[in-house]
Amino acid sequence: MAKITYITSDAQVHEIEVQNGLTVMEGAVQNDIPGIDADCGGGMACATCHVYVQDDWFNKIPEKEDGEEDMLDMAFEPKKNSRLSCQLIVSDELDGLVVNIPKKQA
Amino acid sequence: MNKTDALIIGAGPTGLFTAHQLNLIGLSCEVVDNLDKVGGQCIELYPDKPIYDIPAVPECTGEELTKNLINQLKPFDIKFHLGERVEEVKKDDINWIVKTNNGKIFSTPNVIIAGGVGSFEPRKFPVKECEKFENKSIFYSVKDKKIFEGKTVAIFGGGDSALDWAVELSKKSKVNLIHRRDEFRGAQATVSTMHTLVKEGKINLFTKYQMTSVKGNGQLESIDIKNDDDETKNIKADYALGFFGLIMQLGPIANWGLNLDKKTIEVDTEKFETNQKGIYAVGDICTYPGKLKLILSGFHEGALAARACFKLARPNEKYRFEFTTTSTSLLKRLGKKE
Repeated sequence: MAKITYITSDAQVHEIEVQNGLTVMEGAVQNDIPGIDADCGGGMACATCHVYVQDDWFNKIPEKEDGEEDMLDMAFEPKKNSRLSCQLIVSDELDGLVVNIPKKQA
Repeated sequence: MNKTDALIIGAGPTGLFTAHQLNLIGLSCEVVDNLDKVGGQCIELYPDKPIYDIPAVPECTGEELTKNLINQLKPFDIKFHLGERVEEVKKDDINWIVKTNNGKIFSTPNVIIAGGVGSFEPRKFPVKECEKFENKSIFYSVKDKKIFEGKTVAIFGGGDSALDWAVELSKKSKVNLIHRRDEFRGAQATVSTMHTLVKEGKINLFTKYQMTSVKGNGQLESIDIKNDDDETKNIKADYALGFFGLIMQLGPIANWGLNLDKKTIEVDTEKFETNQKGIYAVGDICTYPGKLKLILSGFHEGALAARACFKLARPNEKYRFEFTTTSTSLLKRLGKKE
């Protein structure tokens, strides 16, 4: 289990205990956190689970694999700290992770 | 007015196999899809990505799966209406009247929504003011390249569409290509051509830049772009083109009086019928307890929805379950028996 904090664009803070093995995207979808659409269901094919990872965490989490950066080209307002939350797998190491959800997904 | 036993909305794998099942049991059907080609997400999102969980098919790509499904439909005469979006579904006395954006009208007792996550629409610029210029000086596809001749065009994006148009339009226009990072995901050959044109001064390249605002009075005049270090540049632009791929939108489906759960349609698991009699939802777009968004689930759902259609399309006949291995009537429909 890891505590993941999701902050929506209107500054609502959702602290969720997410099981290890689920993705940060699934943690949001299963807990009805608004702003993460995940249209393709985690296939890294749609860029609608885009999040901004807070700076102190960005370098600690596993790096992007092939294809994620390509999909981020299509995301809504991508930034340096953009990630697709379907590619972030929850583990004890991610306990305390904070992500910001963009204004829109598309 | 097109009359058919069932109208399928969506030509992805689930829609295609549902068409097979309908024809197999002797019902006619027509298929409408917003994309200009058959295959749905398989073709649009992952044509080259291998799929490993289709029963009895150890490995195949989205494109191969689509080809095989089309092959499986060969014995049947099915009308496809591609590049058309269903706008309206309304009931007359008996049938559903379905209208598309191009004005085609269908009358049918059965509508099967196999729409994936909705219809594919181009992703737009995040800058809100772009709406004012859309289809006048801001576009998400090129219909007539002549309008750009002698003009200054800003092209945004890093994939094949952005690169292809940057290369093509650089022949007769002043092209500024803007992309959010140094790497381009388009074909390597086109990336090289683009870089050569940049060296020759035929394309101005701005990487690590994104649009922050647009300026103009009726007609676009210039665009502000900002880089990762917050430096802003103002570039002249008569036109802007954005190529950020496609996004799926539920679109008009939301207005048809169906019970929705987020972006999915609630159905029963006997007929895959919605809260409206004669309207079914199958594949990724439907939801029920235990729903799995797998292609194989879509096939199962389509097979059952097709049987449910029989009752409304042939109210005076009784549906009889048969196997393709043994049934003479099924084999006749498949063209395997005279």
